[in-house]
Amino acid sequence: MKKVMESEEIDRALRRVAHEILERNMGAGEVILVGIHTRGVPLADRLAGYIGEFENEKVPVGTLDIGLYRDDLDRRPTTELGATSMPEDPTGRTVVLVDDVLYTGRTIRAALDALADLGRPQAVQLAVLVDRGHRQIPIRADYVGKNLPTSPGERVTVRLQETDGTDGIWIEENA
Amino acid sequence: MKHFLSTDDVSRADLESLLDLSDEFVEVLARPIPKVPALRGKTVAMLFFEASTRTRLSFERAAKALSADTMSFSPSTSSLSKGESLKDTALTIKAMGADALVVRHKSTGAQWRIADWTGLPVLNAGDGAHQHPTQALLDALTIRQHFRSLDGLRIAIVGDIRHSRVARSDISTFTTLGAEVTLVAPSTLLPVDMDGWPIKVAGSIDDVLDSDVIYLLRIQAERGGASVFPSLPEYVSRFGMTRERFARLAENAIVMHPGPMNRGVEIAPEVADRPRARILEQVANGVAVRMAVLFRLLGGEVHDA
Repeated sequence: MKKVMESEEIDRALRRVAHEILERNMGAGEVILVGIHTRGVPLADRLAGYIGEFENEKVPVGTLDIGLYRDDLDRRPTTELGATSMPEDPTGRTVVLVDDVLYTGRTIRAALDALADLGRPQAVQLAVLVDRGHRQIPIRADYVGKNLPTSPGERVTVRLQETDGTDGIWIEENA
Repeated sequence: MKHFLSTDDVSRADLESLLDLSDEFVEVLARPIPKVPALRGKTVAMLFFEASTRTRLSFERAAKALSADTMSFSPSTSSLSKGESLKDTALTIKAMGADALVVRHKSTGAQWRIADWTGLPVLNAGDGAHQHPTQALLDALTIRQHFRSLDGLRIAIVGDIRHSRVARSDISTFTTLGAEVTLVAPSTLLPVDMDGWPIKVAGSIDDVLDSDVIYLLRIQAERGGASVFPSLPEYVSRFGMTRERFARLAENAIVMHPGPMNRGVEIAPEVADRPRARILEQVANGVAVRMAVLFRLLGGEVHDA
């Protein structure tokens, strides 16, 4: 297993993404950050922390579990659902979806469906820590912490302090 | 989990995981669009061989909120009245493409037979006086929402225990989740087979007014429940939740009833409408727990082979 990102690099990448979110949206006034379970949730919290640090502005943070919206429910075992919570009505706001790894794009498709059932945002943007390529549907990220070229046979593992006790990103050959 | 037939053989961890899942469906049902696509393309058949309004509607609502299709059938208008056997009815509905069966039947164990015959996931919506496991789940969820946990709670179940499948499912669920259960009933309405049940017994509702939860059961006239005590006023005097008794309950206590209520018998009419009577919350939670069970049984391909 090869480590491709250290804790400090993750930090720097997230700070840059926080700046980009502020720049693109001309401040954080209309923004709601929504973390996708599991590791999108702490990432959204961290982005909100940086935005608060840079602008002294408190950004609402929501969570989204897409387990009920997957298109492959038949092909995988049932997992526990995480909480879905929206701190404010997303209608008319700019929702920034936050996830750890962007790969096939299917998770994001499901997240867009889930979000549509919760309200009608003015705009939806996507922030990911890692974009590893190999999209299977036409989805792209607005903010990318790190572009990581991979082959489909490799596995990308993100670990975060909040969920795994340590920060880092690894690549390994799939067994 | 392939079927949901009884609460007796469900572990504490599995119960808690189902309740956690139910919490998420409570949230789904509170959304502006209270529907998720999780079971799109699945068909749930409702086989109610015994009359039911609330349970059947609750299962239908649960299935539809998960985007499953439903088929339903009632015995009076079905081929059963033409003499078709239970097995043929079940196999016929399977052949029409049902992915799961929700079954209520007056005979204990009918659901187990149907599960064997069809091989489909079967949800027990009540079999005779035996089990009603989704009712027990919704009761546990309602109690957990109020007290956060059932651990160490004192729960009194009052009334017609003998004829009650709700009581049987509740007793095993509540005790598995760590509560202490006391049954209160005229001796004629206690089960004859209580050996080994992890419960206590009291002779009057006045003995249990300090409980955390008072769970009132319906006098089931259709199962002979009204013929075994002298008169309704006498029943009320020893087992009814009257206004006076309600006033003596512990401050944080709640009152529950599985419905349909006989106002003025098990429960005084005005007590049933107090906020501490959680009867309508129970009904609302019923949809969420049935979604949880349907999702658990149908939401993933992987059934233990």
